[in-house]
Amino acid sequence: MSATNDTPNLRRVAPVVAPGHTFGTVTEKISSIVLSRPAGAGWFFGISVAFAFVMILGMSAAYLIMKGTGVWGLNVPVAWGFAIVNFVWWIGIGHAGTLISAILLLLNQKWRTSINRFAEAMTLFAVACAGMFPLLHTGRPWYAAYFMMPYPNTMGIWPQFRSPLIWDVFAVSTYFTVSLLFWFVGLLPDLATLRDRATSKPKQMIYGLLAMGWRGSARHWHRYQMAYLLLAGLATPLVVSVHTVVSFDFAVAVVPGWHTTIFPPYFVAGAIYSGFAMVLTLAIPLRKFYGLEDFITMRHLENMAKVMLATGLIVAYGYAMEFFMASYSGNKYDTFLAWNRMHGPYAAFYWALILCNIVIPQLLWLHRARTNVVLLFVMSLVINVGMWLERFVIVVMSLHRDFMPSAWGNYRPTIWDVGLFTGTLGFFVMLIFLFVRVLPAISIAEMRELVAHTSEEQK
Amino acid sequence: MNEQSSKLHGVMAEFETPEQLIEAAEKTRAAGFAKLDAYAPYPVEGLAEALGLKRTWVPQLTLLGGILGGCGGFGLQYFVSVISYPLNIGGRPLNSWPAFIPVTFETTVLGAAIFAVFGMLALNKLPQPYHPVFNVARFAARASSDRFFLCIEADGEKFDGAGARKFLEGLKPASVAEVLDE
Repeated sequence: MSATNDTPNLRRVAPVVAPGHTFGTVTEKISSIVLSRPAGAGWFFGISVAFAFVMILGMSAAYLIMKGTGVWGLNVPVAWGFAIVNFVWWIGIGHAGTLISAILLLLNQKWRTSINRFAEAMTLFAVACAGMFPLLHTGRPWYAAYFMMPYPNTMGIWPQFRSPLIWDVFAVSTYFTVSLLFWFVGLLPDLATLRDRATSKPKQMIYGLLAMGWRGSARHWHRYQMAYLLLAGLATPLVVSVHTVVSFDFAVAVVPGWHTTIFPPYFVAGAIYSGFAMVLTLAIPLRKFYGLEDFITMRHLENMAKVMLATGLIVAYGYAMEFFMASYSGNKYDTFLAWNRMHGPYAAFYWALILCNIVIPQLLWLHRARTNVVLLFVMSLVINVGMWLERFVIVVMSLHRDFMPSAWGNYRPTIWDVGLFTGTLGFFVMLIFLFVRVLPAISIAEMRELVAHTSEEQK
Repeated sequence: MNEQSSKLHGVMAEFETPEQLIEAAEKTRAAGFAKLDAYAPYPVEGLAEALGLKRTWVPQLTLLGGILGGCGGFGLQYFVSVISYPLNIGGRPLNSWPAFIPVTFETTVLGAAIFAVFGMLALNKLPQPYHPVFNVARFAARASSDRFFLCIEADGEKFDGAGARKFLEGLKPASVAEVLDE
């Protein structure tokens, strides 16, 4: 794999790092974004808008805690609404970060190097947003501790370990912890670089504390690489388990539309699908505003588009199988569910989902669509919307008309549902804005390794 | 050893490329300098072999963490469901182990990951707020960006500062400096 391809009938592949870079230039370029580049009016404008939404989040959460979950649009039969839709959506987004950092590392995909750091940050922030919803869904988060966490309490009760909801608590909290450790281990050498290059005393002290005295000793690298590889190996089954357990929340129930064995693989594929869409949504503006086109090249964007296309097709297969099983099983509740999706009161959501998740992404078959940055950005937003709609279709449309017509009902979110959701969007964007200013958005140490490899290949 | 107000930690040479560093490390080891360490801004392939580093204990620690996490997770669920608060629901077994597998899996991964990271840090003796190599100005400025360093440490057998310096200068480094421990 060389940077240029002389064979005329093979399409030229963009390099993973633009030619001409040395150890010094990658260090300088990436660390200067954090250390010397002024924030700029655009950054302040962006974070102000995001912070306004964080205020909405605070207000929505405070009002919810004051009044109880009655302020949401939930009512029997739809006892799970926006909160669970948003929880599953955010958790799913996180999965691409771990996929990029762990699975692509094990598969020795060099193109992961310049996108893994901020994809991992995205994972952490998305899981933080996701975690808020189940906690707030309890209505009294301070009581949530005793039925989520197994600690000896004066009431003598324990969590129900035979319930998928408790599996979820363990899966999500483990996922967050392991992602944080993975991220921090990856950051360690870069924090040392920032410590050594910082010019002001406070920066030297803060980065110095975080870098913990890392000095790049060969003995340290030796153990570091082993630990990093093992973490990747551990994170790979973990990421698959997380969305599998999330899908158990549904699949273990008897509700038509939930009770199916295809849920685990179909949820994991959907998670990766939405996660890659979110990575593109973040990567495209990031490379533009910070001039990182040399490091996040067309190769990265195109590869991510291909992963989206592949996982999107798995998701489409999942939808098709749901319909096949509904008609083939002859179960009248499942058949009705399929009919209700296409013709019921929420049919518009269903058709929008098919449009966003299946029809529009077929454009990605075309090389021209995959290399059109603006189109890719729009498409990533469309897929994010589509995946949110998918969870809405699963959660709300299955619950609102299940077995007995006399127990049917409709669901309408209130302003507090919307406030909480848009609030977490603002929270996520704010964290991303802070992250690109205080930590290197691209792994500097791994970029040096990539530069070393590409210069060897060109010799 | 020098017993002055500032003790000699070692003698350090600076190189411009990873290939030079590996070559220098091999030659230095062949020349019989017992204690040496190399410093690089990224994990250089082949450097561990050139320094003759043995395998690490990180995998064993990770395995231990995984076993502890898995046994702890399953043990917790067993304790809760069988010993502390047994619930007889239609005579179903109290130790319903298939339902305990997801949490056991998660705690296994958690234990292994925590042991991998904190084990690696502990074996590396990090956090370490002070180390004499940072007293070398060129090291502090460039070791974490684009230069490669090799240090012959003074506590090795038969160490002789002038001899080590002379040997390193023979390897055509970009610079040679004495590392003082203040």
